[in-house]
Amino acid sequence: MSVILEARNLVRDYHIPGGLIKKAKTVHALKGVSFSVEEGKTLAIVGESGCGKSTLGRILTLIDPATAGDLLIEGKKIDISKGDMTPEMRRKVQIVFQNPYGSLNPRQKIGDILMEPLVINTDTPADERRDRAIAMLKKVGLTDLHFNRYPHMFSGGQRQRIAIARALMLNPKLLVLDEPVSALDLSVQAQVLNLLADLQDELKLTYVFISHDLSVVRYIADDVMVMYFGEAVEYGSRDEVFADPKHSYTKTLFAATPRADVESIKARLAKKKQAA
Amino acid sequence: MALLEIENLVVEFQTASGPFRAVNGVSMKVHEGEVLAIVGESGSGKSVSMLAAMGLLPWTAKVTADKLAFNGRDLLGMSANERRKIIGKDISMIFQEPVASLNPCFTVGFQIEEVLRIHLGLDKAGRRKRAIELFEAVGIPDPAERLGHYPHQMSGGQCQRVMIAIAIACNPKLLIADEPTTALDVTIQKQILDLLMKLQAEHNMGLIMITHNMGVVAETADRVVVQYKGRKMEEADVLTLFENPKSNYTRALLAALPDNATGDRLPTISELFVDEGAVQ
Repeated sequence: MSVILEARNLVRDYHIPGGLIKKAKTVHALKGVSFSVEEGKTLAIVGESGCGKSTLGRILTLIDPATAGDLLIEGKKIDISKGDMTPEMRRKVQIVFQNPYGSLNPRQKIGDILMEPLVINTDTPADERRDRAIAMLKKVGLTDLHFNRYPHMFSGGQRQRIAIARALMLNPKLLVLDEPVSALDLSVQAQVLNLLADLQDELKLTYVFISHDLSVVRYIADDVMVMYFGEAVEYGSRDEVFADPKHSYTKTLFAATPRADVESIKARLAKKKQAA
Repeated sequence: MALLEIENLVVEFQTASGPFRAVNGVSMKVHEGEVLAIVGESGSGKSVSMLAAMGLLPWTAKVTADKLAFNGRDLLGMSANERRKIIGKDISMIFQEPVASLNPCFTVGFQIEEVLRIHLGLDKAGRRKRAIELFEAVGIPDPAERLGHYPHQMSGGQCQRVMIAIAIACNPKLLIADEPTTALDVTIQKQILDLLMKLQAEHNMGLIMITHNMGVVAETADRVVVQYKGRKMEEADVLTLFENPKSNYTRALLAALPDNATGDRLPTISELFVDEGAVQ
């Protein structure tokens, strides 16, 4: 299988300019992260807020340049700070954001939201744009009736489907999913995760799945990378990481995840009885 | 005697297309020292029923109940003035978004001292002393200094600790926590849940946890009420609910947990559950 995405020692520093009183400061958001993802696989990136996982997401989606290190997409080195990006290269990576209430323009109809990437990136004629948008709506489980509606007319789960559809309009190879289900209810979460799994099979998509919910990660990921203060403290296949976490932070993370099985409830109730 | 008694609670909102029933005949009881979890998806009326008990719903809401009593006193019949003496003092509430529920224009110290001034009538020095004690109790480091900070200077987890400090300032008998950890990281979630459970045990408070996270329910609750579309689907103690759920909806909810996934696909609630009317 071919490697779609490879990162070698990615570093990202943010410089905060100083003033009269404050000194200038440099925040090391990413301190040298390396990984690779094969075609059709899912890499999950886990960590708490402030650990640099969203910074990594921004670098992977070519929004932010890395300060140092190499980013390779389909074996080709990409450096957006040089400004030689072609639309073809940009098309390969798309992103789905966490909050579907914030990521869809409330003044745009669903059809326009879906067709906008085509208008900007391609020369597709108008009627073909429309056909492709309707086909994509059907693919994510909506119907052509939804084409002329506005985002406020949809529920959270439906909006996330629309956000996924928009990301897929340009036939990307790689989809970065930044906490795509953490704003959704349990039942809707299951539907969206199923949709993502179906689309991956059908379109041979590669996912980078950013999340802090370990139960979701265990379900969807092939490989897992755990980040802590800008460093990858653990990286391996899902079964390896879940069966035998090596780093102390990973262990803390596992211990903090609430368990919903009968055994742990029994243990907790017994402990409570003892204390009383 | 139960601390909070709700019988046949109905909440209706007047909308342009006629009245909308958000809560449809829900009954529940919370006893002293008990942790009750209310579980449901968004739109199941779990927050609205608790806001109704607190009297925090807007005027467009019509609240009726056969019984809505706190500590044996009828909450619906009493005057707004009398009710305000109970709300915030004997019953208090923590909300989902800690950063949004604090006032950004005032220091956290001002906001916690406000509660102490209104409900307990403490003088300035007494208020400050108690505020520092409370910040210590909820695990905020360097409390005296922190009192002068504004909410934006604190992290989400710290803000939630401030909210908890405000909520327990007057030693309430009943604490309602509305999705207290949904906006937080798992490691912070664990800390906040541990803190809530510790305070609950220390003060023998009644605690209502509103949540949609089954993991949180499993880790905290004694008894669980499952709500769906404004109706109560099931009420059971926590072990029974997970071991042997009676209602089909609860079964579907548990099956949709990624933890319990057996095959390639997650079963969804709409596949497993056909709405066939609620158990009363």
